[in-house]
Amino acid sequence: MRRVVITGMGVFSSTGKNRNSFFENLVHGRSGVRPISQFDSSPLSIKIAAEISDYNADDYFPVKRQDMLDKFAQFALIAAAEAMESSGIKVSDEERSRFGVVMGSGMGGAGSYDAGYHNLYAKQATRLHPFTIPRIMHNAATSHICMEFGAQGPALATATACSSSGHAIGEAFHFIKFGMADMMLAGGADAPITYGVMRCWEAVRVLASGNGDPATACRPFSADRKGMVIGEGSGVLLLEELDHALKRGATIYGELAGCGMSSDASHITQPSVDGPVRAIRMALDEAGVGPEEIDYINAHGTGTRLNDAVETQVIKEVFNCHAKKLAISSTKSMHGHAMGATGAIEFVATVMAVERGVTPPTANYTQPDPECDLDYVPNVAREGRIRAALSNSFAFGGLNAVLLVRRWE
Amino acid sequence: MNVGEKVIEIIAREQHLDPSDISIDATFEGLGIDSLDGVNILFALEEEFKIDIPDSVAQNMKSVRQVVDSLNRVLEGKDISDLAAMAKGSGPGASN
Repeated sequence: MRRVVITGMGVFSSTGKNRNSFFENLVHGRSGVRPISQFDSSPLSIKIAAEISDYNADDYFPVKRQDMLDKFAQFALIAAAEAMESSGIKVSDEERSRFGVVMGSGMGGAGSYDAGYHNLYAKQATRLHPFTIPRIMHNAATSHICMEFGAQGPALATATACSSSGHAIGEAFHFIKFGMADMMLAGGADAPITYGVMRCWEAVRVLASGNGDPATACRPFSADRKGMVIGEGSGVLLLEELDHALKRGATIYGELAGCGMSSDASHITQPSVDGPVRAIRMALDEAGVGPEEIDYINAHGTGTRLNDAVETQVIKEVFNCHAKKLAISSTKSMHGHAMGATGAIEFVATVMAVERGVTPPTANYTQPDPECDLDYVPNVAREGRIRAALSNSFAFGGLNAVLLVRRWE
Repeated sequence: MNVGEKVIEIIAREQHLDPSDISIDATFEGLGIDSLDGVNILFALEEEFKIDIPDSVAQNMKSVRQVVDSLNRVLEGKDISDLAAMAKGSGPGASN
């Protein structure tokens, strides 16, 4: 059976504009949540987000190129460039058809929709900019990455809300494992901090307002948790077939050994226990890893009352007495819920935790909740070898993706 | 500023080119303007001149001079259906 390893990683997020600063900030419990600066948020009840500070597209793309790129595609290209650079890979012309891309996005070109519809409805424009379609389409990030890096193999986009990039990485993993490709760039990108999208989320009543202290707004698993915080950014990983990586002397950051996927088929927003349990078991089975070998779980951990309690039940059901021994943390407490990018951003955090033997904490944890009674690595990072770890993504819509990374010795 | 100068100014702005590099006889192909760039320029012209350029006419715009001639006729309120009839082959109008 072909094995798949991670040989490149890139992150562009509110907690760091590259993978090293991102992980450093997570380990030190530094939150990227701040007052929204991208638009006037004063009419909203929620005025905070995990926003990438001082983002200026001019720093990354020529003006002419920006015309064609919604912000989510810009973020994707920035993270993909870091993933390629960190891998040291040079893809020859002959190999291009064995090199593919899968990127997830929950919202696609939300900012371009917003701006276009504002012109249409508020300003009574009678026509929209002709680049609107190429900017908003969910596959724009995938297509631009393909063009930038010459990837001509299997390429597609996933759209499973908060699980989008978990599914993207899982699909890419299977493309390599089952022989359709040797190299895949996989991850996700989203740029949902727009007036329109924030109004949509506000209406769901699951967002934390922060009460004047944005950095402590998101408190997963803590008894005083108030909800999630919307984030933005991108995470991209280069997955490679093991022999291909060994032959070129690549640095291997970890082995992507299993992926589980499932559907709750029960409720459009409320999570179930059964669906995520099946996804975790599927990932363990595929990897041939026993539950007692999992030392760390990077939780979905949104910080809502319901998610964190249900996720705790899920972990107890799968791991039984080992549930109390393994470390669980939600890095969303710092980088926010970056929608379709969040699974990939969290998977990079998970791989780096395994590679470096450092478990990032759950920030802003203040008090235990009887419904959440496991070890959430409160506020302080922990050193120690991690044999294998899971990254959970449980989406609105009940679609679950779980990735399993094994330490590479 | 006459229509020709205005058209060149708009094409230069949208393509991020120097206006002095665009002559009235330049073709879109020669300027590196692809099909999607073409519809973008049409959009900018429609916005600038507050007009609607019918698809049938748009398809015939493959050079700066064709754009200027078409625009002059639209602006003078003339019937431009004969321009549409002249259209042959592909023009601006993004593929796919």
